[in-house]
Amino acid sequence: MSDMKMSTKKSITGAIVGWILSLMVIGPVYIIVINSFKTRGQIFSDQLGWPEVFSFEFYSAAAKQMSYLNSLKNSLIIVGISVVFIVLIASMAAWALARRNTRGSRILFYMFLATMLIPFQAVMIPLIQYFNSWRLGSGDFAFKMIDSRYGLIFMNIGFGMSLSIFLYYGFVKSVPLEMEESAKIDGCNQWSTFWQVVFPNLLPITVTVAILNVINYWNDYLLPSLVLRKPALRTIPLSTFFFFGEFNIQWNLALAGLVMTIIPVIIFYLLAQRYIISGVMAGAVKG
Amino acid sequence: MNDSNNTVARPLADTDIRQRLELYKKKKARRSRLTFFLFILPALLFFANVVLVPFISGIVYSFTDWGGFSFAGSQFTGLENYRTAFSDARFVQSFLFSFKYAFAMLVLVNLIGFSLALLVSSKIKTKNVLRSIYFMPNMIGGLILGFIWQFIFSKLFVQLGEVLGAEGAFFNWIIDERMAFWSLVIVGVWQQAGYAMIIYIAGLQSISTDVKEASQIDGASWGRQLRHILLPLMVPSFTINMFLTLSKALKEYDINLALTNGGPYGTTEMVAMNVFQTAYRFNDFAEAQAKAVLFFLVIMVITLFQVNLTSRREVSA
Repeated sequence: MSDMKMSTKKSITGAIVGWILSLMVIGPVYIIVINSFKTRGQIFSDQLGWPEVFSFEFYSAAAKQMSYLNSLKNSLIIVGISVVFIVLIASMAAWALARRNTRGSRILFYMFLATMLIPFQAVMIPLIQYFNSWRLGSGDFAFKMIDSRYGLIFMNIGFGMSLSIFLYYGFVKSVPLEMEESAKIDGCNQWSTFWQVVFPNLLPITVTVAILNVINYWNDYLLPSLVLRKPALRTIPLSTFFFFGEFNIQWNLALAGLVMTIIPVIIFYLLAQRYIISGVMAGAVKG
Repeated sequence: MNDSNNTVARPLADTDIRQRLELYKKKKARRSRLTFFLFILPALLFFANVVLVPFISGIVYSFTDWGGFSFAGSQFTGLENYRTAFSDARFVQSFLFSFKYAFAMLVLVNLIGFSLALLVSSKIKTKNVLRSIYFMPNMIGGLILGFIWQFIFSKLFVQLGEVLGAEGAFFNWIIDERMAFWSLVIVGVWQQAGYAMIIYIAGLQSISTDVKEASQIDGASWGRQLRHILLPLMVPSFTINMFLTLSKALKEYDINLALTNGGPYGTTEMVAMNVFQTAYRFNDFAEAQAKAVLFFLVIMVITLFQVNLTSRREVSA
């Protein structure tokens, strides 16, 4: 009995501590949200208080200034297509690497693995110079890797390979061979064996790979800032950046912009939370 | 069909069969090698163009006087760029600053992440909600987080100081050299502690309840359980988490850019930012590339050393 009481008491203290700590997370977000509604005068003199009037004018102004819907569209297209390709290409490669037990395939796998240590800055400068030379024609219909969405998508896919192949590889190794063998006996070739038998079985790790890459590329700033130059191509982080010039930030606009930037992320998190957390766990255990 | 008809029609000699089998095997091996190649070809295509070509050419460029555009006409200058990099006081300074930041992050992210994991692995009823809240900042990118906290540190803190009469603690941290460092650490920890927590939770769940119960029956106190049972069995999680925090902190750019932008007076400039500035602000592309190569080498040495060091302490139960 007293043991029970002790443990309830302990868990109540734990809950209290836990909720106080959660204020540390919610607090800053709360501050940003309430201040985004304040008038220019109030935001300047009073950051702590409740808004005197709720004004939405800065939201519409900020949405216009950052071309919110257009940026959202760009982000969705770039992240969506990149992640679909990463999933398809990395799963194929990882399956081939994991199922073929030769020295060559092991060397290739370790090459993918080793390059995970390379910081982006170590390839950044030659990367931009190299892809600058990939251009054909001129004008609006020119093929060019720099300053185009497909150019950025191409680079995202390349950078996504290491981690994604690594995650798929570990998972494939844990899947038993029997089903693939019976598919082979039934006369499936490798291609249809992979897409009809193997790929559906990789679903749990596909969710992990997709989620980790979505988070990664949705928030990516540096590479898009170097690749996309036309304002019409800006993604969400790029267009948010332009509220923060070197001097004199207009906080009303900036905060409204920040809130609008976070909203899609929060919606995604609320919807896919269970998969996100278990995906991160699965990704880490393999590491 | 044809084949089997043949074998029925004309019985084969033993050597004949062996030869045909050999041929068949060879053909199959060649075909499977081809399929293997076709399966990895797309991945290699993207990867080679985006990572390998720039990485290797980057190493070559770092030994030349490359001007950032066409490589044709560049001269090899040996270690000249590396010499310039080392004599650049600001670059050396940025390395020291990155080390200091990475060390603070290593300690705090893991300490807080592990404590949070212990907290939400206990019997609290709302632990799933709490877990989700703690992880949430990880969903928001470093750039946006940096901007959010810039408002907190440069605006809210000033008012807090006035209201609480504690101007000594709450003032504009961004423009103060010492506190600008801690503001970067706070934002980094705020972002990453939740991620570390998730990995520690996975580690805690993998420890069998038998081990925990056995130690409870033996009458071990909570502190002793933590020290002698949990911590040793959690070393793999510590290895992963320390690796992730170290490499992420050493590579940090977004938070640095959005929160302090290297200021005040360049005192909070990290290596990634220094490389970027050397290339795109001062247009010293070859020197920047030499710095980038050094950056890569340092990250590789430090993280491999850490993984080696911690994984040696792993035990199994």
